[in-house]
Amino acid sequence: MTHLPQLSKARTGIQGLDEVTGGGLPQGRPSLVCGGAGCGKTLLGMQFLVHGAVHLNEPGVFVAFEESAHELTKNFASLGFDLDDLSARRLLAIDSVQPREVAQSGDFDLEGLFIRLGYAIDQLGAKRVVLDTIETVFASMPSPATLRAELQRLFRWLKERGVTAVITGERGSDVNAMTRQGLEEYVSDCVIQLDHRVRGAVSSRRLRVVKYRGSTHGTNEYPFLIDEDGISVLPVTSLGLDHKVSTSRVPSGVPALDAMLNGGGYYRGSSVLVSGTAGTGKSSLAAHLAAETCRQGERVLYFAFEESAAQISRNMASIGIDLGHCAEQGLLRFHASRPTLAGLEMHLVTMLREVDKFRPHVVIVDPINSFVASSDEYDIKMMLLRLVDALKVNQVTGFFVSLTTSGGALEHTDVAISSLIDTWLLLRDIELGGERNRGLYVLKSRGMAHSNQIREFCLTDRGIELRPAYVGPAGTLTGSARLAQEASERAARLRMQKDILRRRGELQQKREAVEAQVRALRAEFATVEAQAESFIEEAQAAESQLQSDRVEMARSRAAEESP
Amino acid sequence: MSEAIKGNDAMTWVLRLYVAGQTPRSVRAVENIQRFCAEHMPGKYTLDVIDLYQQPQLAQRDQIVGVPALIKHLPEPIRMIIGDLSDKERVLVGLDLQPKSGD
Repeated sequence: MTHLPQLSKARTGIQGLDEVTGGGLPQGRPSLVCGGAGCGKTLLGMQFLVHGAVHLNEPGVFVAFEESAHELTKNFASLGFDLDDLSARRLLAIDSVQPREVAQSGDFDLEGLFIRLGYAIDQLGAKRVVLDTIETVFASMPSPATLRAELQRLFRWLKERGVTAVITGERGSDVNAMTRQGLEEYVSDCVIQLDHRVRGAVSSRRLRVVKYRGSTHGTNEYPFLIDEDGISVLPVTSLGLDHKVSTSRVPSGVPALDAMLNGGGYYRGSSVLVSGTAGTGKSSLAAHLAAETCRQGERVLYFAFEESAAQISRNMASIGIDLGHCAEQGLLRFHASRPTLAGLEMHLVTMLREVDKFRPHVVIVDPINSFVASSDEYDIKMMLLRLVDALKVNQVTGFFVSLTTSGGALEHTDVAISSLIDTWLLLRDIELGGERNRGLYVLKSRGMAHSNQIREFCLTDRGIELRPAYVGPAGTLTGSARLAQEASERAARLRMQKDILRRRGELQQKREAVEAQVRALRAEFATVEAQAESFIEEAQAAESQLQSDRVEMARSRAAEESP
Repeated sequence: MSEAIKGNDAMTWVLRLYVAGQTPRSVRAVENIQRFCAEHMPGKYTLDVIDLYQQPQLAQRDQIVGVPALIKHLPEPIRMIIGDLSDKERVLVGLDLQPKSGD
């Protein structure tokens, strides 16, 4: 079967965008990037050119209709793009088309622009072109009909030249059109729409591939952010569920907990959630995991959204965990930020970028519900899904801390994300006898037999200790009630033991008494026996004497009688 | 090609016409401006005709987008008129030889 020719694509080098488009922009064709003011179109175009110039040896031409070459160079210097250097190396050319007032007399066309662009392309051997924003010619030049016809001609001309072009267009007041001048009618091979909205005082940027002729593409809106490295887009990293799985375990740092998890700890690359009310020790569990992971020589990335790194270290030191030492070794890195400062996407992209840079084996997010206040449940679930997904793909174990407000019922955000979680630990408050103690149990742990016991969870200065909770007729006892119960049990055992000893003693005495009696009886019997035997002996001796006497007498008589 | 007719008068017009090759429109523009200059400023102008296909680098340098393009460098201010210059009224207005009719 002949292989159908594949549409070849030009990589943009923008993190995530190449994934969403399945390889980049259509090669040799024009693509339209549209959106409102300030949504990142110019940046996208420039990143596309710079990537081609620096990494793929594809020179590019940037035709700027709104900014001067000087302004562009200055603006992009802050992103680390040295446009002057690229120009000097003949990898980039910027042509700034200055708008000027023109009068018109008779027919004209835009051949001047074609000649300019053609010359610049030929000078560099350019393969990539950006026109940003060509619609501005409509503001400064007459005869829109002529302009429109010429733009159509330009896009055809670009195709003939075989350059991959990015055309930017700005959305006007007409909500039905993507661009002011309806460029989307002419540039129809690939259309990408950028959106920048503010929700609840937090700004959020989205990207959508509206159209991509000849290629499958992700059709969803993908959040992206713009920071000092440029644009990063955030797709769901694996649309399928085909992660590699591991059977090796990551010890939790609390041996008793490892025992509850069938003797090993968490599965590597799994997602672990610990939820509980305030002050139950969830972060301490996280710290144990961090310390143990570092002890094994592996890296931990700790995202803290409520406390600073210094505060966490100090708090954990009080239970005997030295996180400062782990940090010094370079095995533990903290990343602390206030969740309300940025949108979910920003946090997610930042987190994934940190994961990419640091390549940890374990990631801790403490807590996850700081985001609840600023966004709705669906968005949080999506964000966590993407995070969990990205971690699983890289076989990174994820440990998530969730704060629940009510004591008994499971928090509904937790339930919403529970399908993403492999191991769920619950820290429960147990109130009894005027005290409030903590109990830990394993609600679920996929792929392993786990204990269903509720253990008493204690924070000591030697770290977390799990004690088996006393379950008696009064129910689960913890804390002082348990101690009291244990004490009384000990006393009862002691009494029992004493009892046994006493009984044994008595038995021994009895035995000795009986044996003494037996000995006495035996002695008596021996005497009687001896006497009897002596009597019998005498009697027998007398009898035999008598007998022998009789015989003698008979003989002496017989001697006289026989002739 | 360049026509320079030096005259004695103080006012000298400096005009530059950019065209793209020898298309009918380009030819028309050249003819029209030559006729115009002969009619309105005889002996008081310099006219350069630049074929952008011959000198493409000038398109960026001199900021040419629409062609044909006539640029009046002198007298100031600089003015630009695009088109084949067939509309004489517009050329007069564009070169500040005639105020724009208000309406």
